[in-house]
Amino acid sequence: MNANPVSNPDSIILRTENLTRAANGKVLVDDVTFDLRASEVLAIVGPSGSGKSSLLRLLNRLDEPGSGTVYLEGTDYRQIDPRVLRRKLGLVTQRPYLFPGTVGQNLKFGPAQHGEVLSQESTDDLLAKVGLRGYSTRNVANLSGGEAQRVAVARTLANSPLILLLDEPTSSLDEASKFEIEALLRNIVLGQRLTCVIVTHDKAQAARLAECALVLESGRVVRMGATSEVLHA
Amino acid sequence: MLKHLFTNPLHLVLVQAGFAAAAAMIVVLLARKRGIHLESETLIAMIRGLIQIIAVGSILILLLRGPRWTGGLLLAVMIVAAGATSARRAKGIPGAFTVSTWAIAFGAGSVIAVMTWLGVIDSAITSLVPVGSMLIANAMNTNGLALNRLRGDVLAHSGEIEAALALGAETKVSVSPYIQAAFESSLIPAIDSVRSLGIVWIPGLMAGMLLSGVRPLYAAIYQFVVLAMILAASGLTSLVSTLFIRARIFTSAEQLILQPGR
Repeated sequence: MNANPVSNPDSIILRTENLTRAANGKVLVDDVTFDLRASEVLAIVGPSGSGKSSLLRLLNRLDEPGSGTVYLEGTDYRQIDPRVLRRKLGLVTQRPYLFPGTVGQNLKFGPAQHGEVLSQESTDDLLAKVGLRGYSTRNVANLSGGEAQRVAVARTLANSPLILLLDEPTSSLDEASKFEIEALLRNIVLGQRLTCVIVTHDKAQAARLAECALVLESGRVVRMGATSEVLHA
Repeated sequence: MLKHLFTNPLHLVLVQAGFAAAAAMIVVLLARKRGIHLESETLIAMIRGLIQIIAVGSILILLLRGPRWTGGLLLAVMIVAAGATSARRAKGIPGAFTVSTWAIAFGAGSVIAVMTWLGVIDSAITSLVPVGSMLIANAMNTNGLALNRLRGDVLAHSGEIEAALALGAETKVSVSPYIQAAFESSLIPAIDSVRSLGIVWIPGLMAGMLLSGVRPLYAAIYQFVVLAMILAASGLTSLVSTLFIRARIFTSAEQLILQPGR
């Protein structure tokens, strides 16, 4: 991660340039610029209301920047079809927001949006990856919070995203589930060398999961660099 | 009892209106005891309704003597007013007035036009305007219910809608369960009216026809005709309204506009 164009631009997969957004008279994200290289895991940390989730929403283009933009693989993301962009930048939200039906139906939802049928074998593989082998026919109404969050992760992975965006994925879970999900994410993200942006207010979690970090305060970047340096500064 | 006290018909009808309004206000005051505050809204609605209906009654007296196109003009004005009224139920949705007005114009307007052409509605102003206004008023209520339900559902399920968008879904897919629920729930009053016709209630039109000496069977069948037309007009309005309002709750970049706290 780097604030400026870097020496090895080929590996930059995502770049934000002066990304800014205000809503209801309040600046949520203020002039944020950073680069993300392929297979890098970046933690965005900061206190509540510092603009972490707002920044992630801008990356997924669920909100529109007031100024500045994002480049995905060198292309201004405003030139990419929002649906294609959102498949490439897979977002896992703070709460899982599963759709009514079975776990399998939830996993098949994303691929079905572009006419792809997720095979039962792929569904089972994804569920195995998140530690829910055999859950395909379970009704999502009967899942625990931790299980639902795992399904949400698997559902996003079903779209084979280029970059995984995780918005406080453990904040709504109890302590036991929190560590389970964290271990799962570590296995998936680090194991597969997935490029990932994780928003967390938990510095210890950021240190465990990410190699670099960006600290936000009142929407502005106050520090960024290697996690070990930034979080202990 | 009132008839014995008031021999002047104008005085009588004004006192009758006063008692009916008082009954409505008593209910409002009972609701107030439970912490539900509808006083000013109900009072303003009743005063406004009374002034409007007196104004329309006066205009009708003039129109009855005018050319036939004046009936169409009056119905067009009613459609715009209905669009403005029901659009208030869609606070926060940009363009709700335009969508509502066009939906009512299409839903109620097309049923009025076709039924008048077929001769089901008499093209005389005395028939066209009252029957047409019933269709427009019911289309307005249905539209208001649909928009209100859709607005509530979208606000309550913005997380699910954005989860679908984040997975690459089209906007229409992300809100389809809520569009369907809005359409279905908006038609419940119209469907129940037809279903309970004659058992639970005898509508005003039929009662009026009976009082004016029309044969009961003819009055009953024509009442069914009117209610079926109301159902058609309301259904078409809700269908068009929910279809076009869908596009208004997203930006061109497929971002949800209607969100809690915004």
